Amino acid sequence: MALLTVEGLTTGYGEMEVLRSLTLRVEPGRIVSIIGPNGAGKSTAMKAVFGLLKPWQGSIRFGEREIGGLSPDRIVRLGMCYVPQTDNVFPSLTVEENLEMGAFVLSGSTKERKERVFDLFPRLAERRRQRAGKMSGGERQMVAMGRALMLDPKLLLLDEPSAGLAPLLVDLIFEKVRDINASGVAVLMVEQNARKSLELADHAYVLVGGSNAIDGAGHDLLGDPEVGRLYLGG
Amino acid sequence: MGDAALAKSLLLALPLAFLAARALPARVPWIARALLGAAAGWAVAFVVALVVPPGQMAYLVSFAIVGSIYAVLALGLNVQWGYTGLFNIGIAAFFAIGAFTSALVTTSMPTGAAAAFSQQAFGLGAPFLAGVVAAGVAAGVLALLVGGPTLRLREDYLAIATIGIAELVRLVFQNERWLANGPQPLRGIPQPLACLVRDPGCGWLPPPLAALFDPLAPRDYPYVYLAIATLFVIVVYLVLERAIRSPWGRVLRAVREDEAAAAMAGKDVARVRLQAFVVGAVIMGLGGALYAHYMIAIDYTHFDALYATFLVWVMLMLGGSGNNRGAILGAFALWGVWTGAAFLVDLARPVLAAISSDLPARGPYLRLLFIALLMLFILLYRPKGLIGEERFVSRDSQGRDG
Amino acid sequence: MARVLARRAGGPRPSARLRRAIGSRTALVALLALVLVGLWWLAGAQGVTGQRLLSLAVRGVMLGGILALGAIGLTLIFGVLRIPNFAHGDLMTWGAYLALFGLTLLPAGQPLAPFSFGAELLLLLVLVMPLVGLTGYLLDRLVFRRLRARRAPSVILAMAALGGAFLLRSVIYLGWGADFRNFYTGRPRPAVELFAGIRVRPDQLFILGLALLLIFLLYLLLERSKMGKAMRATADNADLARISGIDTEGVIRWTWLIGGGLAGAGGVMFALDTQLRPEMGWWLMLPLFSSVILGTIGNAYGALVGALIIGVVWQTSTAFLNPAYGPGVAFAVLILVLLFRPQGIFGRPGGA
Repeated sequence: MALLTVEGLTTGYGEMEVLRSLTLRVEPGRIVSIIGPNGAGKSTAMKAVFGLLKPWQGSIRFGEREIGGLSPDRIVRLGMCYVPQTDNVFPSLTVEENLEMGAFVLSGSTKERKERVFDLFPRLAERRRQRAGKMSGGERQMVAMGRALMLDPKLLLLDEPSAGLAPLLVDLIFEKVRDINASGVAVLMVEQNARKSLELADHAYVLVGGSNAIDGAGHDLLGDPEVGRLYLGG
Repeated sequence: MGDAALAKSLLLALPLAFLAARALPARVPWIARALLGAAAGWAVAFVVALVVPPGQMAYLVSFAIVGSIYAVLALGLNVQWGYTGLFNIGIAAFFAIGAFTSALVTTSMPTGAAAAFSQQAFGLGAPFLAGVVAAGVAAGVLALLVGGPTLRLREDYLAIATIGIAELVRLVFQNERWLANGPQPLRGIPQPLACLVRDPGCGWLPPPLAALFDPLAPRDYPYVYLAIATLFVIVVYLVLERAIRSPWGRVLRAVREDEAAAAMAGKDVARVRLQAFVVGAVIMGLGGALYAHYMIAIDYTHFDALYATFLVWVMLMLGGSGNNRGAILGAFALWGVWTGAAFLVDLARPVLAAISSDLPARGPYLRLLFIALLMLFILLYRPKGLIGEERFVSRDSQGRDG
Repeated sequence: MARVLARRAGGPRPSARLRRAIGSRTALVALLALVLVGLWWLAGAQGVTGQRLLSLAVRGVMLGGILALGAIGLTLIFGVLRIPNFAHGDLMTWGAYLALFGLTLLPAGQPLAPFSFGAELLLLLVLVMPLVGLTGYLLDRLVFRRLRARRAPSVILAMAALGGAFLLRSVIYLGWGADFRNFYTGRPRPAVELFAGIRVRPDQLFILGLALLLIFLLYLLLERSKMGKAMRATADNADLARISGIDTEGVIRWTWLIGGGLAGAGGVMFALDTQLRPEMGWWLMLPLFSSVILGTIGNAYGALVGALIIGVVWQTSTAFLNPAYGPGVAFAVLILVLLFRPQGIFGRPGGA
């Protein structure tokens, strides 16, 4: 059974429709990537799935539960966490405190979970007492991902994790996504960097004008001449 | 009696005639509207002056004068908040500086025995209109000084800065004896056109006209002042209506609706906001002048945040921000509520006394409680006020792209 | 906004660098130091002794302690809830009058020498703080929460706060009238010598001590407790706090309880030091907002630093200026900050 099922989702901002009848599925433990041109509604799709936008039509199911219209803090408790593209850390809090905030809904000690995140991101362990606002873009991205992993989510939503990072860091971040996935977390990500994300993804959706136009296994899409022509500059 | 009623009705006719002319449909030619309005207004004024007993009439006239002064303040605030979205909670500053400036410009330096207990920085003895102009200029300059550094920052910083300037102005007029007689009232502010009700009469008026006003006694002066005050309201209203429909007015609304888009369209947003802030402040300064010449004696206590800022805000919100008619309506309506509540509190005295012996003396504060609740109520349940914002035709939105 | 315009103007690089230098933290601190030195010099020129200036500075630190109690709550509410709480001064007044009300109910005890107040005032302080916090929270439930749900802009929240301020004040007027009041009438409050001829009243030492204690407790709460960290996180980034699953309702409740409670304590302390008047909180608003902006909105420690600076500058200015101008002096400092570094001492560039 699919972990996340989006069917016929239509939504937007105010009067403006951005997504039209979007359909996608994420199977447990898989990496699913959404690519598409600017303004296709990629980030909007993430926000709608996470409850930051109310769906106008269609359904969003997490496991068997309908979550369309649920608020983000409820969705978090169900085991889905989200890393926004920008402003995704608490700048005046330390790295460690950022992680603690990710586990706010839990009572009791979060020490063990923090250590697990530090194992994944050794660089954060060295800087656990540093304020997140003083860190580099790549480190901040790690803090943000670490924060989202504190609840042991079944599904992690990543909105353009590589945006604005230097090429070397991009590779590092993608590597981390692979590590996270290897630990059993399903990942749904939106990426500008279509080639890299297709290489990584088990399955990918190409979003055009608010609807999914093409989908298939990541490697198949990499080889697809039309996708290549449109988005891979090939 | 009939002669006095005639003279009074002439003075009362102005606002009524204006209202009547406005009420006529627009397809009637303006000349006809003016004449019909004048006739209707004067007729009503004559009947009112004849029928209403003098005591109640005096009350109504003073009510309408204060209402008109508040209407001017509310119109000034409407330029800032209603049309441009600037949050000024220091109306008192511009009101006070206008009042004191006009007072200083029009009074003469105290001489003889008066000089011993009354001080002021200067007294030019200039005519009323010079005082009014000076009041507007002074308030405008103050607005430039406050708005310059704060209008380009977060919008709530302006609020804090305006509170600050209002407090500072009040402190200065309270503590600086040399400036405007310190904590003591500045007295002897001249009444414009007082000659209409005095015995030798106004020398410059043609004798037949002067004869018309002869039956008026000095105690009838408020009628004269009501005509002046309503003229102020009408002029400010007409000028603002014009301005708000001009390209400048469109830019103001564009800035309020979408600052970024207005900036992109090549509008110097900071400059436009400053202009609106200054224009609003000038109008508040005029209101201050109007107030000073009505009160004859003013001191710093007249310009506290409650009377000079808070009430004006509730007036504008009650009437409907973004609508000049709403501002005027709100001013009169809330002033009516405020004075009417005083009667109610008086009536409730026995009840209050039954609750606590201290309470009747503090009854007037019930009005403050009521107005504060009214403000919160409007914010929560009727943010558009009584009339709501005037909608402008789509021509405006096209103008924005330019 | 200013940045948009600056970019459009396309100013040359050197001038941009100059502007950055003028707007730097160092420059602001230097400027404030300069203001203080200027004040001392002015006072010295008028023949004010060094000893007097030193006692004014000490007095300023104490005043700063009281201001900090108000300013910390104000900055938390500003930072976490985005409400420029113009009712904060009146919450302080409310606290003072609640304590006065309590004093009329309780039997008057003996003063705790060398202080002018008895144990009953300490008891009342403990009672008044949560009451004022609850008052603030009530205002939030009845007014601000509904406006938030409507996504009202911050000026509308400010206006509602103004309405709340007048509402509170009208209740105070109705309950106690407009006259001056004192917690204790007719008790002597002699000053004692602290050191080097500096004289202070014991009450003032108590006030400073209490302010420091409360601020230390707040420090523990913000740095050590989960709710405190969540409050800081929400002040940092409210949207992220919400999507991290932070209980924002709880954060709002605690922010009001803590901010209001500190305001209540500040009001009682201010009234103990001076007297009670219904308008006292309104007059304190300028120094409070000046402290908050000087120390960067949302930064509790910044508010403390800001309040101490404002307190010292205010008191020092009384050496040669009519003391009534105190709030005006605070306002002048605020204008300097707005001109040079609107994001305050601890702010990040472009934060305002």
